[in-house]
Amino acid sequence: MFEWLGISQQALFGQLLVGLINGAFYATLSLGLAVIFGLLNIVNFAHGAQYMMGAFVAWMGLNYLGIDYWWSLILAPLAVGLVGILLELTLLRRLYKLDHLYGLLLTFGLALIIEGGFRQAYGISGERYDIPEALNGAFNLGFMFLPKYRGWVVAASLIVCLLTWLVIERTKLGAYLRAGTENPKLLQAFGVNVPVMVTLTYGLGAALAAFGGVLAAPIFQVNAVMGSNILIIVFAVVVIGGLGSIIGSIVTGIALGLIEGLTKVFYPEGSSVVIFVIMAIVLIVRPAGLFGKEK
Amino acid sequence: MFKFKVVAAALAGAASAWLAPSAIAQSGKMSDGVVKIGVQTDLSGIYSDLAGQGSVLAAKMAAEDFGGKVNGVPIEVIAGDTQNKPDVASNMARRWFDEDKVDMIVDLPGSAAALAAVKVAKEKNRIAMVSSGGTTRLTNEDCTDRTVHWAYDTYALANGTARAVTQQGGDTWFFITPDYAFGHSMEKDASEAIKAAGGKVLGSVRHPFPGSDFSTYLLQAQSSGAKVIGLANAASDMMTTIKQANEFGISPKQRLASMIVMITDIHAMGLKTAQGLLSTDGFYWDLNDETRAWSKRFFERHKRMPTMIQAGVYSATLHYLKSIKAAGTDEAGAVMAKIKATPVNDFFAKNGKVRADGRMVHDMLLTQVKSPAESKYPWDYYKVLKVIPGDQAYMPVSKSVCPLNKK
Repeated sequence: MFEWLGISQQALFGQLLVGLINGAFYATLSLGLAVIFGLLNIVNFAHGAQYMMGAFVAWMGLNYLGIDYWWSLILAPLAVGLVGILLELTLLRRLYKLDHLYGLLLTFGLALIIEGGFRQAYGISGERYDIPEALNGAFNLGFMFLPKYRGWVVAASLIVCLLTWLVIERTKLGAYLRAGTENPKLLQAFGVNVPVMVTLTYGLGAALAAFGGVLAAPIFQVNAVMGSNILIIVFAVVVIGGLGSIIGSIVTGIALGLIEGLTKVFYPEGSSVVIFVIMAIVLIVRPAGLFGKEK
Repeated sequence: MFKFKVVAAALAGAASAWLAPSAIAQSGKMSDGVVKIGVQTDLSGIYSDLAGQGSVLAAKMAAEDFGGKVNGVPIEVIAGDTQNKPDVASNMARRWFDEDKVDMIVDLPGSAAALAAVKVAKEKNRIAMVSSGGTTRLTNEDCTDRTVHWAYDTYALANGTARAVTQQGGDTWFFITPDYAFGHSMEKDASEAIKAAGGKVLGSVRHPFPGSDFSTYLLQAQSSGAKVIGLANAASDMMTTIKQANEFGISPKQRLASMIVMITDIHAMGLKTAQGLLSTDGFYWDLNDETRAWSKRFFERHKRMPTMIQAGVYSATLHYLKSIKAAGTDEAGAVMAKIKATPVNDFFAKNGKVRADGRMVHDMLLTQVKSPAESKYPWDYYKVLKVIPGDQAYMPVSKSVCPLNKK
């Protein structure tokens, strides 16, 4: 069916599946960014560093304390979330009255410091993290071998995306969060402790990044710059989806993973650019993003 | 009697007058009363593990092992971070030569930065000894009579691996290549060597640099059915590709051959991931007693075994100091004549020779990464499959476009 494109149907399915895997991954990462921007109005440039810290905490847990992958999936996001909370309480909090740009600069600076620290300690080549025993091997799908671990990444990402979406769109807590985004002063007048909510939200965003980092650790080399490599794509996902839109991040993440996967098949040289071309077009046609609301 | 005294005094005066200028000339042969070696390296970026502080240490060890002095003046080693940027490298070189009395710069990671720095060295009549930067341009279109290229170049690595692996039966190839000049030239050099050895290149894919996920390209390599997947990418891109090849069950069914890999990369990946990987290296610490003795001294101070680049910095610096001693001066032209006239014999190279174009030709090693079971002690990473003689590994003079070869 697709032979005229110079590629067999089997190969195409294989590439689409790889695209889906990457897309699920982008969705998880952009989710935290969207949550933070939605409520705090901060463009969290430290997101990549928090993702990297998640991977490193998992590595440290395994090598220094013998904590296995499954516990790390819970503990690493908790640890990084706590660091995020500390950052919010001590630094970010002071910037809410100022322009967005200050938050961006602060988090960008923090990211550079954190990455520099890890590079100093672990070198640029980084460390390796093996795939957990239970997920070694692959499923034979007929048209390709799907590594079990990749299958797990898709499942775990989709579950986390769904849970986050449910919490924010379908629970009372989520309603407060959304109200806080619209009008924090009014919400505070109703007796909701907005500052605590803001702190916890930043912690949640950081924890989501760290969760992505733990998922990524067995696929990529765990090193200090792993976050900055992927952050820029994740930002594009958030911008295309609509800044602050949860569902926008999820849908766009997956869609862009697929599009990027297809580009890699037909014109690999363009695969790093295609996402930004789409971003530019979306910004021209719908400046608030596909799912964003114009203010 | 009196007469004699006068004559003697006159003679003595004449003698001292005759001796004095020569004494002045003697110290004038060693400019500034110091031999200063500047290690231009990458202290914070992507090459900081394979060069970086290890290169600085290697240069210091060479100065110490030489006795700390040459022709009566002290040897000093300074270091600077070029961030692999050409403008930073050339400004630093200019400042070092003009103000800081630096006589020789060494290491020079990142081909663009290296090319920029060697131009300044030529302009200021000082010597540049490149150990990190890999481009063959340094000894071809951009060669100068003040440049020496020491540890390896991209031609020797690509050509060495491609030819040896093809000859050993890996005669069909698929390339995964980063989409920039370095990657293209690696793929081109390797493809020529494969064809010359009777092999075939079935296809290649060019990925954006830096890349993040390589599974798409690996699936293409898999469906090509090639026996060998050639990786023209380096450092973290290469490590991720190898890791994902394992994940998708592509290696070890298809063999992976890397065009450029350092022992620090293997250390970071671990043997479980890297096992079976074929590549060419300019140096392996565990080759013989001499390499082990030096490398263990290096390890005690650096906590990592040396890469070919770091060992190359030591070897180049030592050869430079020996050449100053033999020349009796630190004037660049005279020292360079000695550098090229003297064979290089140390733990790094046996009968190495610096050609007219500045290429230091020495034997290279075709290596295969051991499996975890084969590795008996820390850093026991390589099986040396073959020693590739220098004249087969490096680009022959007949192919070089450097005008210095024609003199």
